[in-house]
Amino acid sequence: MSAAAGGPARPGAAWALPGALFFLVFAVVPLLLVGYLSLTSWEGLGAPRFTGAQNWVRLAGDPVMRQAVVLSAALTAATWLVQTPISLLLGVWAAGPQRNRAVLSAVFFTPLLFSSAAVAIVWKTLLDPNFGPITRVGPWLGLPDANVLGSSAGAFLAVVFVSAWQFIPLHTLIYQGGARQIPAVLYGAAEIDGAGRFRRFWHVTLPQLRHTITTSSVLMVVGALTYFETVLILTQGGPGTDTSIVPYLMYRVGFAGYEMGYASAIAATLVVAATGVSLLLVRFTGFAAMRSTREGM
Amino acid sequence: MRRPAPARAGTARPARRRPRAPRRPNWLAGTGALLWLLVVGLPVYVLLVASVRPREGYLSEGPLTPPADPTLDNYVGAVRNGFLTFVANTAVVTVAVAALVVVLAVPVGYAVVRARGRWAGGVLRFFLLGLAIPAQAVVIPVYLIIRELGLYDTLAAIILPTAAFALPVCVLILTGSMRDISEDLYEAMALDGAGSVRTFLRLVVPLSRPGIATVATYASLQAWNGLLFPLILTQSRDQRVITLGLFEFQGQYRVDIPGMLAAVALSAVPILILYLVARRSLVNGLMGVGGK
Repeated sequence: MSAAAGGPARPGAAWALPGALFFLVFAVVPLLLVGYLSLTSWEGLGAPRFTGAQNWVRLAGDPVMRQAVVLSAALTAATWLVQTPISLLLGVWAAGPQRNRAVLSAVFFTPLLFSSAAVAIVWKTLLDPNFGPITRVGPWLGLPDANVLGSSAGAFLAVVFVSAWQFIPLHTLIYQGGARQIPAVLYGAAEIDGAGRFRRFWHVTLPQLRHTITTSSVLMVVGALTYFETVLILTQGGPGTDTSIVPYLMYRVGFAGYEMGYASAIAATLVVAATGVSLLLVRFTGFAAMRSTREGM
Repeated sequence: MRRPAPARAGTARPARRRPRAPRRPNWLAGTGALLWLLVVGLPVYVLLVASVRPREGYLSEGPLTPPADPTLDNYVGAVRNGFLTFVANTAVVTVAVAALVVVLAVPVGYAVVRARGRWAGGVLRFFLLGLAIPAQAVVIPVYLIIRELGLYDTLAAIILPTAAFALPVCVLILTGSMRDISEDLYEAMALDGAGSVRTFLRLVVPLSRPGIATVATYASLQAWNGLLFPLILTQSRDQRVITLGLFEFQGQYRVDIPGMLAAVALSAVPILILYLVARRSLVNGLMGVGGK
């Protein structure tokens, strides 16, 4: 590989090979294997036994799976609806010139220091119906028995809230970056036109942030498909199966029930959904144009 | 009064001008921000206070009152419980994942950005397909592959799949930051007679350093935060990473809550240090965006 007389040296395919092979073995082959294993019966030890479409027939009629799909969709929607407005407003606010901003921002961003497991543990402790601080705060919030995690709606809302607590700082950061890029001239012009604060937000800030909104929404949707740790630690999918989202259901069936074949069918559903999301993202967000996710920030 | 614009090293942003007369304070936004401050700050405060509370005091004292008799016993207990082993294991996993991802993804980025021919776009699409595939979805076959490779219950079992699943975002970030290297520089390298290896080492790597830092941070955070792969691919206590250590801790029959919270607080310290020394690349790494 030497410099051609006509121009700079161009890298050959060999440069991409190690990375592509590694990705193939540890990400793509597993993806294909999920499909194969979903057609087998396998207890995790020994060899998988081919059983044809049996798992899929069972999956189609499984009310717990149907519930899990609905819960995953609801969690994704709730995540977006809760996190987007709050982080947008906070991000725009934090981008402003207030003097106290730096100090407040430092506190705002502390959840980012913790892993998902750590966050879920902290909130599990806080929401413990016997010993947690919720027992003191609960009555004051209209929850006399403080058993938030014991009711279906309460547990679901707790998962939504705890993941919001964990991820809003990240999205605030993204919106802060986006809002700082908006040229001040636009605000000046709007002010001259007599636009008040609300109209400036609506007609300048929001349209200017549309790429940032896309970026943040993409991360939220993809992220909500993977809220596994939060459910595992906070609710264990309960009460009953009322917070068993698809990834958690797969984990429980596969690694607590040792029905790896059936769990693979659940996982394959997740793969199909996630691939669909991937393709949509690549198609509609301009990720294919490949600048970086910072586009529009 | 006008404050000097904060200096932001390395950004080529147009200088922000926010001159203008003193503005009407925005009470609504201020109140909202304060409210959120409470939502974030209170749990962190309760966590820190409880972690220095003697175990007997956890139930009797109110969660908000500072401990009458603060102690570091809980932290000492966490360390005695093997926390340092977990930290060491996590450090090995984190560094190995970051190194592996950088070594694999940087040449891929170079090939995708500079190669002539259709295949370069194909390689990129190949990686992008994995952009939204959650690692959870493939954990069963990964378990099978790791067992067949004889790597079950080793740190390598965590490192390999974690690195593989960090690759799509990293390739994306690197191609973004490498596209900014101008054609003139490549031509100057060509005039010097540099082949692709020297061009890569002397031009591409040095100029993509912010992107590489972002990628390394992003991969580290993935490794640092991961619970699922350690949970399924390791078993013994001496292969335990921090997240799994915390998970096992909270699953014990009689949980020592202040001790557990001390371990949680300790687990945040390395990221805090990273934040203090490399804020910019941490923030980019968290967002998974290119360093520019």
